[in-house]
Amino acid sequence: MPDMPNTYRRGPDERGHFGIFGGRYVAETLMPLILDLEKAYNEAKADPAFQGELSYLAKHYAGRPSPLYHAARLTRHLGGAKVYFKREELNHTGSHKINNVLGQVLLAKRMGKTRVIAETGAGQHGVATATACALFDIPCVVFMGATDVERQAPNVARMNMLGAEVRPVKAGAATLKDAMNEALRDWVATCETTFYCIGTVAGPHPYPAMVRDFQCVIGEETRAQMMEAEGRIPDTLVACIGGGSNAMGLFHPFLDDPGVRIVGVEAAGHGLSTGQHAASLTGGRPGVLHGNLTYLLQDEEGQIKEAHSISAGLDYPGIGPEHSWLKEQGRVEYVSATDDEAVEAFQLLCKLEGIIPALESAHALAHVLKLAPTLPGENLLVMNLSGRGDKDVPQIAARLGMKV
Amino acid sequence: MSRIEKRFARLKADKRAGLVAYVTAGDPKPTLGYDILKGLPGAGADLIELGMPFTDPMADGPSVQLAGQRALKAGITVSATFDMVRRFRTEVDDDTPILLMGYYNLVYQRGIEKFCKDAAAAGVDGFILVDLPPEEADPLKKHAVANGLDTVLLTAPTTDDKRLPAVLKFSSGFVYFVSVLGITGTKSASEETVRGHVERIKRHTRLPVGVGFGIKTPEQAAAVARHADAAVVGSAIVDQVKVALDADGKPKANLVPGVLGFVKSLAEGVRSVRKP
Repeated sequence: MPDMPNTYRRGPDERGHFGIFGGRYVAETLMPLILDLEKAYNEAKADPAFQGELSYLAKHYAGRPSPLYHAARLTRHLGGAKVYFKREELNHTGSHKINNVLGQVLLAKRMGKTRVIAETGAGQHGVATATACALFDIPCVVFMGATDVERQAPNVARMNMLGAEVRPVKAGAATLKDAMNEALRDWVATCETTFYCIGTVAGPHPYPAMVRDFQCVIGEETRAQMMEAEGRIPDTLVACIGGGSNAMGLFHPFLDDPGVRIVGVEAAGHGLSTGQHAASLTGGRPGVLHGNLTYLLQDEEGQIKEAHSISAGLDYPGIGPEHSWLKEQGRVEYVSATDDEAVEAFQLLCKLEGIIPALESAHALAHVLKLAPTLPGENLLVMNLSGRGDKDVPQIAARLGMKV
Repeated sequence: MSRIEKRFARLKADKRAGLVAYVTAGDPKPTLGYDILKGLPGAGADLIELGMPFTDPMADGPSVQLAGQRALKAGITVSATFDMVRRFRTEVDDDTPILLMGYYNLVYQRGIEKFCKDAAAAGVDGFILVDLPPEEADPLKKHAVANGLDTVLLTAPTTDDKRLPAVLKFSSGFVYFVSVLGITGTKSASEETVRGHVERIKRHTRLPVGVGFGIKTPEQAAAVARHADAAVVGSAIVDQVKVALDADGKPKANLVPGVLGFVKSLAEGVRSVRKP
């Protein structure tokens, strides 16, 4: 039996490890820069001026706090738990990604960096980064898989309008993994002047912890809002997981509340048994990619497999290392939802609540549709509605045979 | 004394720098890849870096990326790479050091201890793992030492004097200086830059210094040889594989001689420099 920690919130250690996971597996060229970043981040975190500017922007620019909304019609429809949505899709730029990006771009300014790069899958992180770079007048280059450029065309147009350069990446399956490879290659060549704004709780230390810290506002607000609405904290939390930043932001502030059941939903693509999915925790095993040790989809020898998901934002063969650790600790349950289940959930939410969710968030909803009816009426369930679905409209319309 | 130490001692006695030739294992297919490997000592390579193809080579430019894709498509595996080294040791020679170069996940998945044992048994001399900085090198170092394998760590222009000792502590055989900020096969450093950094590194260590990244011609190899103990060439060599493939990716008859002829020209460049 491993020793059970008395807190799940202390990690990572000073070397960036969550148990065996995390760490700093990068080329030597980047190591000194990553150490600088860690130092700069620790200083900024402790600086009231930095925190003050970040909360000012979160409130007046991004529109925080995002509402905690009781989805009454959905609750009635499901006939079980009382379902709430944390409405991250109402943030400026349409997802939770802005929470992290404002923090990182402020840090880039503080460190005197003159250029920002980012990788993006669905384009939500790319749009958020392009937005913050426009606001702070910093040149921005976004790496995006060529497949995603095609299936997320509206977000590509948004990034261009915001003044960012979108570089399509044709390597591999031309999705998020390949975009991250290319961003890392750019960074090695430009690291003295360029800040790499990673979009999720993955990559070399300090990124997983830093992005988590910037996203924890989701869970902290949820706690306060639920206290106000119901006089107690939630019983159940559900969020979708690609790299896992929206989930970590909601989950982390509740990890040490033993009564809170926490569920992460990975993308099962065409189904776990088909091998065509993006469920790293369910279908993968620990390995090293993109600067961290974490669960990865890979073959026997360690070659990385292509992930598959209808959702570009979840189409990644890895996951943030802290999720890998939480899985091994047994603190968080990790389940999955297929492409078909997500599309069905997407349509249901449009009709029942008048909300078009991002396909990513629709995976979380697909699990809520299964879970909520099994829970009693007094169970307070919060689902992170992490993004809005405008970007997915052309893709879903085509799938459903509608004309755009 | 390890094969690598012996080779550098020999180079010193011969008053010249060495040529480290990088090829991707199994490129463009395992049989031809072995023929190239076999011919490298004869073409003048003093040490060999054998690249282990990985699906996500984050520190490599297009040349090495493509070479890895060709080899993976042709079915190369880590086990087949070990077999290739084993065959080399019986059929070619027992002196030319062979280092495996690549990414840590392939080591991690086989099991660090098993990887080191298998590598040593096959006749491998050491590792250069691009994404394993000293901060994460403890587990590998232990098993490498136990199996008599050298670990060559990378230093970069960003590795300052304060950090350098930490890198050197984990390095054995030689230390590899990445002469440019960037990925393999793109930019080239000036001779002045190389000289400055090699002198700086030598103030911290008695290990030989090999310099790589961006060395594409015999002249550039000679320029590096004037200051470093070895010049490492990779992308320019694997590009010679690429030019000997037809439009369908089929190898032309002159592929192996073409690659080895180019290595020979690099070796001549390196050998044109007499060291004091």
